[in-house]
Amino acid sequence: MKITVTVNGQEYDRDVEPRLLLVHFLRDELGLTGTHWGCDTSNCGVCTVCLDGTPVKSCTVLAVMADGKSVRTVEGLEQDGELDPVQKGFVECHGLQCGFCTPGMLMTSRWLLDNNPDPSDHEVREAISGQLCRCTGYENIVRAVRWAAEHPGTSTSTSTSEEEVTA
Amino acid sequence: MQVPSHFEYERATGVEEVLALLAKYGPEARVVAGGHSLLPMMKLRLATPDALIDINDVSELSYIRVEGDELLIGALVRHAELLASPVVAEHFPIFRDAERVIADPIVRNRGTIGGSLCQADPSEDLSAAFAAVRATVVIRNADGSRTLPVREFHTGPYETEVGDGELLTEVRVPIRPGGSSAYEKVDRRAGDWPLAAAGAALWLDGGTVADVGIGLTAVGAKHFVAAEAEEYLRGRPADEDSFAEAGRIAAEHCDPVADQRGPADYKRHLAGELTTRVLRRAAERART
Ligand code: FES
Ligand code: FES
Repeated sequence: MKITVTVNGQEYDRDVEPRLLLVHFLRDELGLTGTHWGCDTSNCGVCTVCLDGTPVKSCTVLAVMADGKSVRTVEGLEQDGELDPVQKGFVECHGLQCGFCTPGMLMTSRWLLDNNPDPSDHEVREAISGQLCRCTGYENIVRAVRWAAEHPGTSTSTSTSEEEVTA
Repeated sequence: MQVPSHFEYERATGVEEVLALLAKYGPEARVVAGGHSLLPMMKLRLATPDALIDINDVSELSYIRVEGDELLIGALVRHAELLASPVVAEHFPIFRDAERVIADPIVRNRGTIGGSLCQADPSEDLSAAFAAVRATVVIRNADGSRTLPVREFHTGPYETEVGDGELLTEVRVPIRPGGSSAYEKVDRRAGDWPLAAAGAALWLDGGTVADVGIGLTAVGAKHFVAAEAEEYLRGRPADEDSFAEAGRIAAEHCDPVADQRGPADYKRHLAGELTTRVLRRAAERART
């Protein structure tokens, strides 16, 4: 079945089987391996991408369901060579260890901050309650998101200032 | 890698189109919206539909509004939308309580109200919540539509009154003054199925329980309802003693089974305790 999906602003035409999952479409058809694939049962959230602006678990969405729609993946967070504040927050606060959960954490955090620019620690924890960190580094993940909330417009050049909130 | 077996995919944009596609593909077609129950079942080959009819673009089923003395909820409303709705929170806090603990925020962005009811999982929260508030459901088919009480909607685990060629389109909740509601569940971690959960809707006449609805989740209550406890409570004083006794009756009449989440007697204990708690909270809310 022929589908057209806009991913990170770029339009892709592909001919896919209806049973192809969105996560495999992104990774295998488009080579966008930033989106990870883990539990396959919509539990862990590593496959989270934004579909028409709303984060969904792409292991539980069919690629054909994204036909005519737009998808944003972790590759689309960076703008013009500049990392998104949530990405910088994860760098600043050591928000990742092995990095497996990070793409999902980043997409969910970006969505949280878009809707709630100044979340409490508790609100961050609630927002990421559908994301499992196998390394259990939640403390620093929450700090990283808080860092991003406090630095909404940070540029690369200032991200190494003394304001770091490292662990 | 878990891969569903082959199926035809169709995307509908209106209810009439859904009904036409259901007629075209016959009884082995399945309607998909959020897909968070169906797709995992298809990956495990527990479900192998010939065709999937995607209703995510059937926007006419995506509404929450008050009409007359009823709250109308379209079948395609997402869990996240029910949670965020001010009009739902105003009239039925039970849904805000329940939606906060259904799955996780990302799954709630996708899963729908209609899908939850039709999946008819015995551990699913909204069935008990809608049973507590005595909702009715609207089912559309080629001949028109029919309505039935949600307490008659589930015919067994994973089975409902929705027949071949039919589509659940709406849930209606009667708005009655003088009451409030609450829901509480015990689960082991965020997003897990409950060990047990209870919901209550309570209407007061001064210090007396004028009417009450009690829903139970995951403890084998018939139609998700604690009917004996409701019967006991109607006309009694809305106080601690009554609520404790109602909890005891609810626990006695449910039928939980032991599984990896916990033993039956613990779940029975929870059914009673949670029933008492939600009655207490609904009464507090009704008084303020
Ligand atoms: S791989 Fe999708 S939720 Fe785990
Ligand atoms: S950093 Fe390893 S899974 Fe989260």
